[in-house]
Amino acid sequence: MPMSTGELEQKIRQALPDAEIEITDLRGDGDHYAAHVVSAAFIGKTRVQQHQMVYQALNGGMGGELHALALQTDTPKTD
Amino acid sequence: MSDAETNIQNQIASADVVLFMKGTPVFPQCGFSGQVVQILSHVGIPFKGVNVLEDDELREGIKVFSNWPTIPQLYVKGEFVGGCDIIREMFEEGELRPYLSEKGIEPVDG
Repeated sequence: MPMSTGELEQKIRQALPDAEIEITDLRGDGDHYAAHVVSAAFIGKTRVQQHQMVYQALNGGMGGELHALALQTDTPKTD
Repeated sequence: MSDAETNIQNQIASADVVLFMKGTPVFPQCGFSGQVVQILSHVGIPFKGVNVLEDDELREGIKVFSNWPTIPQLYVKGEFVGGCDIIREMFEEGELRPYLSEKGIEPVDG
């Protein structure tokens, strides 16, 4: 089952309430997304750890109901 | 430790740069695996491809082992570096080569 953009954003926000989340449905099929997630919770974490936090938020959805999520994570810019 | 875990650890230790992927470096069977193969080839880094499609236990086991839900997965000197998105980002940001140098891995002139 595909996941809607709203559902995806909501799951990420539940785990990372401060996050700025930008989601693009790459093919319009609810199955191939790109997400850019910016959160202060990522500060001091490696990229692997940052991505793991997002995957964790998706509760096993990634690799399962969600086929492809191109993920980019960043910490908030301080300027 | 289970046989699957021992097998994964042996694979990771079998070369400096190990890519768990779908298909082989010459014939990737997934676009994401193919992208990482292209990046590593472009940077000129020799690597060992491990085809998870040949072994279901490995295909699922590596996800648990790395706490990472997708394939490809890149290991350098026993350390998990990331999947397709991270490798691509490191490459685009010019971080991949310095990272590999730091690990003592230098490109080979092809």
